[in-house]
Amino acid sequence: MTTEPITSKPRRKVRNFSLLSNRAGAAFMLPAGLLVSVFVIVPFFWVIFVSFTNRTLIGRTALNPEFVGLGNYLALFDPATFFQRGQFGFSLILTTQFVLASALIGQALLGLLLAWLIQTVPPWVKRITETFVIAAWILPEVVIGFAWFAFLDRDQGTLNALLTGFGLPPGDFLLEQPFWVIVVFNTWRGAAFSMMLFNSAFSSIPPSYFQAADVAGASSWQKFRDIGLPLIRGHIVTDLILITMWTFNTFTPFLLTNGGPSYRTELVSIYNYRVAFQDFQFGKGAAVGVIMMLINLAFALVYLSLGRKKAPKS
Amino acid sequence: MSNHLRSIAFGLIGATAMAAPAFAVDLDITCRCVIGGVNSATAEWIEESVIPAFEAANPDINVTLNQFGGEDAQLTQQLALDFSTGAGPDISAFDGFLIPAFAEGGQLKSLDELIGEDYANWEGWDHISDGIRSILSYDGETYGIGLGTDVRMIHVRKDLLEQAGIADDWQPTSWTDVLDAARKLKEAGVEAPLQLNAGVAMGEATTMQGYWMALLGTGEGVTDENGKYIVESQGILDVLNLYKTIYVDEELGDQRAQLLADGRNRSFANFRDGKTAMLVEGDWFYRSVTAPGSEFEVADRDNVMSWVKMPAEEPGAGIRGQDFVSISGGTGFVINPNTDTPKEAWKFLSFMMSQEQMTAFQDYQPGIRSRSDVPIPNSPFLTETSQTLLPLTTARPNDPNYNSVSQEIQRMTEAVVSGELSPEEAMAQYKAAVTSIVGEENTVSLL
Repeated sequence: MTTEPITSKPRRKVRNFSLLSNRAGAAFMLPAGLLVSVFVIVPFFWVIFVSFTNRTLIGRTALNPEFVGLGNYLALFDPATFFQRGQFGFSLILTTQFVLASALIGQALLGLLLAWLIQTVPPWVKRITETFVIAAWILPEVVIGFAWFAFLDRDQGTLNALLTGFGLPPGDFLLEQPFWVIVVFNTWRGAAFSMMLFNSAFSSIPPSYFQAADVAGASSWQKFRDIGLPLIRGHIVTDLILITMWTFNTFTPFLLTNGGPSYRTELVSIYNYRVAFQDFQFGKGAAVGVIMMLINLAFALVYLSLGRKKAPKS
Repeated sequence: MSNHLRSIAFGLIGATAMAAPAFAVDLDITCRCVIGGVNSATAEWIEESVIPAFEAANPDINVTLNQFGGEDAQLTQQLALDFSTGAGPDISAFDGFLIPAFAEGGQLKSLDELIGEDYANWEGWDHISDGIRSILSYDGETYGIGLGTDVRMIHVRKDLLEQAGIADDWQPTSWTDVLDAARKLKEAGVEAPLQLNAGVAMGEATTMQGYWMALLGTGEGVTDENGKYIVESQGILDVLNLYKTIYVDEELGDQRAQLLADGRNRSFANFRDGKTAMLVEGDWFYRSVTAPGSEFEVADRDNVMSWVKMPAEEPGAGIRGQDFVSISGGTGFVINPNTDTPKEAWKFLSFMMSQEQMTAFQDYQPGIRSRSDVPIPNSPFLTETSQTLLPLTTARPNDPNYNSVSQEIQRMTEAVVSGELSPEEAMAQYKAAVTSIVGEENTVSLL
């Protein structure tokens, strides 16, 4: 999970061994380099360029877009509308709450709990739990989205059938609690990754530590707090940053709620999609895309710098 | 085998592979029509009547129908992307109000530019009125051939009205009449008596069947007589307050049907199941949605279902001083501007719209067709609605910005129907949004 240490200055002298000459190496790199530039680098700069125009998909400005400078950005951050539902600021705040609730609290905590609990259970229980949790993670998104939609439907949904079966009142979850629906959904969906990561982290702790603690009469909570947690701290940070980035960019809740009702589940990725591909405003959509790229870049920098800090110790 | 022979063999295989398509032309046609699903009759007509007859007459052309099962807005999205990247079907069903935006954006070419002489000399134009032709036209150019036009009204359940003690020949003359009837129905146990479309999920159906039908009753349109968008007015407020009464204050309609993604089908199901007694919809609702054999078939339809005219807010308060209002649109078919085979595509399109095929369509789904030489079927519903409502009807602005403004209308109604915003707040947001789309010089305030 940690990144390769960045070669620091003194090491540079050791650059003698190589499989190929520089020229041959460059020739082998060329096809990949071309692909990357055509499909990643050019679109990247193209998006930045489009974000300064009022280009649309249909209508007059599709063929003759005008340069509007920072107009799109100013419109996104217009204080008069910033916090209105269905505007950029609203969906940014919503996304922050979503990341906090479903990734940092939901996925990481649930993953940690599961990982800790399955350390002590019999192997077959461990294997079954792992299978189910991982199944939630590897199933295709569309299948998952449809299954959850069917599960939560008010009239024919499985959940309401269960609730009424137990004599509880049915709920209209997708309409009344759409935010919590997507939080629970994303927690369920992503907990597997955190669980696997923490599981392997716990497994790397020498069993003798725990045996010694057992001899000293430590409780499970004490073992978790004083042995498990401190030894996997690095893994936790890595996990938190990765799931934050994924959750920030996730689009799957769209399959459940379409971003609605009334934009109450319109995360920035969904907002971006709506502006660009439903309202057909490419210029404004590109501006949202650029801002999202910057936010992701910030996450990535934190992640990389953590990797760098860890490297010299080891 | 020597290398020489081998290369000849490969060359021959290659040549035959390349040569075969040169003899046969493949055409794709897309419509939001699925056999056994939405617009089933259109799909059946194309699949069973048009394509076999066309292929028999043109053995070198193969035609495939793509049945698109999504929503109207999704097809629009697909076509906008396809037509701007050189992909997509050769021919597609198309809603007339999108023509200006697509034409300005270069996603459609006029038939004159794309086809030329064959288009100008087509026999059908002598039988299609200028009014119908204008539905798929913009700026003096024609972009497709229309299937027909439509009108809008309130579809009612006679059996439920009777239960609530409302007379058989009931015709409301004001919004108050409609609301009073809804209250009576609610008391009589009808769950969601009145449905007036709102919200983003229904797309243009919200704007046409809901907002326009109410707004015209206040004497206003979306634009004024100079084509400027009205962004503030008493009419808009009255309409939003009507929505508020129906969905928030008195819960006379099914709010969920306006907010959920599959809401329109929900409203159809409500009507079918007797949960809704008054549904404002187009004649399409009668011709296709509730027709025998379809998903939302209304049992014993002839005795149970009827229609009334949509009244103005007060008698005489409607647009042009009318007592009753309606609005019309129209759909048709357009040709992909990037098709490799425009001549063949036109051949198929004009064949589909020939008198013979259009007459055959009447067997699948009777309607008022764009061609005057196609007899109107003996259907009391069609004859009555067209005679009563066509003189009252209105058309949407033929403007490239209309589609974007329409989306803002959908948002404005959703904000009110969901109870998020007051009518005043929603109108203020609408004003800001429309002003940024069309520019302040193209807007007008009537307050």
